[in-house]
Amino acid sequence: MATDSLDLFEVFIRSKRGLDHKHVGSLHADDHEQALEYARDVYTRRSEGVSIWVVKSSDIVSSQEEDSESFYDPMDDKPYRHATHYQLPDEVNNM
Amino acid sequence: MSNKQQLLDYTVRLGDDALIIGHRLSEWCRNAPFLEEDLAVGNVALDFIGRARMLYTYAATLKGDGATEDDFAYLRDCRDFRNFLILELPRGDYAFSMMRQYLVDAFNVEFLAQLCQSKDKQLAAIAAKAIKESVYHLRRSKDWVLRLGDGTEESHQRTQKALDDLWGFTHELFEMDELETALASAGIAVDRSQLKDAWKANVSALLTEATLNVPEDDWTVTGGREGMHTEHLGHLLSELQFMQRAYPGLEW
Repeated sequence: MATDSLDLFEVFIRSKRGLDHKHVGSLHADDHEQALEYARDVYTRRSEGVSIWVVKSSDIVSSQEEDSESFYDPMDDKPYRHATHYQLPDEVNNM
Repeated sequence: MSNKQQLLDYTVRLGDDALIIGHRLSEWCRNAPFLEEDLAVGNVALDFIGRARMLYTYAATLKGDGATEDDFAYLRDCRDFRNFLILELPRGDYAFSMMRQYLVDAFNVEFLAQLCQSKDKQLAAIAAKAIKESVYHLRRSKDWVLRLGDGTEESHQRTQKALDDLWGFTHELFEMDELETALASAGIAVDRSQLKDAWKANVSALLTEATLNVPEDDWTVTGGREGMHTEHLGHLLSELQFMQRAYPGLEW
């Protein structure tokens, strides 16, 4: 059986309660159910996780390299969007 | 036969079951249909080999005289092995391996649930660890039987053939002999004859869902628990035991 008849899935694992799911890699499977089982077998065999998400890779929409000028450059000259831009009054100690 | 000898023999039987199916599954390592399945089936094989190690280690402490788990795995011949015959059959195609796995996993889950209640604390503890693995194994093998049975024309036909070829070997799973009957009445062993109805009901329902025909009970092969094996076990052992036979006492 060749993997080209299978779908590609992205795998996200939550390593501990309270933490976010993090992208750990991808795998081939026939459907979501099987993808979840393979994610368990491929990515959690050393107790890496307490929760798994699988998403079809084709369902992910990603930004493109050529969009980066319009997407990200305009933010370069707006330092006031960072909290560190502002001088804190002394009374506010631990920000 | 002393109680201790009986317990030892029983523990070795369970260890043999785990070792032989673990070895058969390990033969798929790097041969499975695709990478993800290769890793998954390898995990299952390792679960069984780990189970065999726990049981043989316990058997070694019961035996005393400096015996180790390796003595049971590597230094006994065919006639000393007491595994069920269904476990030693060659792996066949993937439909055959997954159908066997399903029939055996469905049995193991029922069996281990009972063994968790054993009056022998060590066997009960091993069963408690093993049942979690077997519940997952069953989930996987059930999935494969459904996919292949209710899949393409070819996968359906191969899966039905696997089922027909295996069915006569399943009766042995529920056959009791003197040793296990004595231990069952002492609350140590599982009375496997009691598991058949639940197993048959579960298996028949799943097979029907997978569009497969449940075979007739018109032939049966048994003998594993008496050490009477198919011709396949010797070949399996010659590979499994090669290193210890060729280089006695070899350590990694």
